[in-house]
Amino acid sequence: MSKQTPLIEVKNLTMAYGDFVLQRNLTFTVNKGSIFTIMGESGCGKSTLLRHFTGLKKPAAGNISIAGIDFWQSSHQKRVEILQHCGVLYQSGALWSSMSIGENIALPLRQFTKLSEDEIHDLVEIKLALVGLKGFSDYLPSAISGGMQKRAGLARAIALDPEILFFDEPSAGLDPISSSMLDDLILELRNSLGATIIIVTHELPSIFALADDSIFLDTETRTMLTTGNPKILATESDSIKVRRFLSRDSSQPGNMPADNL
Amino acid sequence: MKKDCSLKTSLNGSTLCLYFLGSWTIREQKCQQADINNLFSPNITHLTFNTASLTKWDSRMLVTLASVIEVATAKSISIDDEGLPTGIRNLLKLTEKKVLTPPQDSDDAGFFAAIGLQSTVFFKDMLQQLTFTGKIFQSYMRLYSGRARFLKRDLSYFLLDCGPLALPIVTLIAFLVGFTLAFIGAVQLQMFGADIFVANLVGLTMAREMGPMMAAIIMAGRTGAAFAAQLGTMQANEEIDALQTMGLNPFDFLVLPRMTALVIMMPMLAVWADFVGILGGFFIGVFSLDISPILYIEQTIKAIKLNHFMVGIIKSVFFGYIVAFCGCLKGMTCGRSADAVGKATTSAVVTSIVFIVIADAMFTFFFNLIGV
Repeated sequence: MSKQTPLIEVKNLTMAYGDFVLQRNLTFTVNKGSIFTIMGESGCGKSTLLRHFTGLKKPAAGNISIAGIDFWQSSHQKRVEILQHCGVLYQSGALWSSMSIGENIALPLRQFTKLSEDEIHDLVEIKLALVGLKGFSDYLPSAISGGMQKRAGLARAIALDPEILFFDEPSAGLDPISSSMLDDLILELRNSLGATIIIVTHELPSIFALADDSIFLDTETRTMLTTGNPKILATESDSIKVRRFLSRDSSQPGNMPADNL
Repeated sequence: MKKDCSLKTSLNGSTLCLYFLGSWTIREQKCQQADINNLFSPNITHLTFNTASLTKWDSRMLVTLASVIEVATAKSISIDDEGLPTGIRNLLKLTEKKVLTPPQDSDDAGFFAAIGLQSTVFFKDMLQQLTFTGKIFQSYMRLYSGRARFLKRDLSYFLLDCGPLALPIVTLIAFLVGFTLAFIGAVQLQMFGADIFVANLVGLTMAREMGPMMAAIIMAGRTGAAFAAQLGTMQANEEIDALQTMGLNPFDFLVLPRMTALVIMMPMLAVWADFVGILGGFFIGVFSLDISPILYIEQTIKAIKLNHFMVGIIKSVFFGYIVAFCGCLKGMTCGRSADAVGKATTSAVVTSIVFIVIADAMFTFFFNLIGV
């Protein structure tokens, strides 16, 4: 599927809050059209890494280039332009609560395209149909369930037909059936729209169902342990920690049962 | 190659072929396209697509296709989607899947029904306010019997916040109100040569009306709004539910310390505002009207009796209750979104000010009646 052309390149990235270094020396590439997962324990900086891609937090050191352009060295104007080609799905949907679902999706279309109101209306309807929420455009976010809010958030993320989609824990707070339906939807959207997708998650079923490539962030060493396809990493990674993570093994490191895998 | 998108048709017997040309993306200008409803003449039974000259597509093409297909299906024309890119065929399939259907909403109700609905909302609000009053009463009953649980630290924090921390703004406003009153009064009273009665005017107005009123309005904007926003956000975050499930009564825990603090502090702020206002008037009297300071003070002492202060103090106790009541009520009954918190805060301030003015008018009428 992927033609192995790098779209996002991260070099020696260091993330820090003030003096507190969260992760250092992160170097990896995300290929065009692939689904890339950012894995790791809670609090290792997965979501913070996402904030570096979406322009919310400046790296302490190192650089991130998106489609060959150095993201954080560019002007603010340029960054906004790049971000218009990105869509983000936040952990709890982050729908604007004062607007209806339809208006939430229409807002970026109204602001950044020259489409007529009729066309925007049709586009909103089709985006809602894509995520299975046909006919919900007049509802306020507070009137629908959490799973539906997440779907609506996805519809808003794909409003501008982005080339890169970021997902922050898409299946958090969803039941297994809804979350696997969401995974299928993500796969189908990637295959049809040809977007590159970066997912922060620690849900193993989602990781195995979706990921072509991944990175594993470690809390103890404060850097990445490995990168590669999680299906292969689960059995062949050099790191015991990665193998244990991917096989849900919680026993003490001393026992090292992961070696017998 | 042409950049903008266009749609061409070619008719071959009973088969219509649609040609998608150029780049069909939402970032292009308006597409030239035929009216979809007039696309199909009655003898067409078959629809095919050709996308050989399509350079780029996104959901814009999807929208057009979806409406073409909808019209074609309605006219029972058979559709052959072989000519479309695979991606768009998958997306079309995805849009056809109906996962959820929204519940039916009742339609627009009409004029009289709207009046009816509005009045039910009004009565519901009244009932809610009554229930809230009752719950506050119960909560105080529990406090007297020693069963109310709340953090003493909360109470002392709110006492600090409603009292000393509010002093600067109350001082500024009260001083300026006294100052303005004296100015306006001076112009009128000078015409009769009754300059000295500026002291009576300022003293009485501050003690009976403006001191308590100004303190209450400042506290409504400052503290009432804060109460509504705090409790509203707690409601939105399910923090209030968490208290309840833990067996802590949210009224005792949240409303009680806030209300107690404000009811205790409001009269003190009002008395402070009285004195600062009188000081404002004193400045005008002494520096602008050339009344001797001693004379002004004596005149003020002669003019206001203790009962005038008592009127103001009684009022401000009620004002404190009103501000805390509105802030806590709107906060506790807030919805679960950022928008709802904003509305609750606005509504808390507006309702408190309206109630304060109404209560003030009623008190003035009542005190006049009994001759205090």
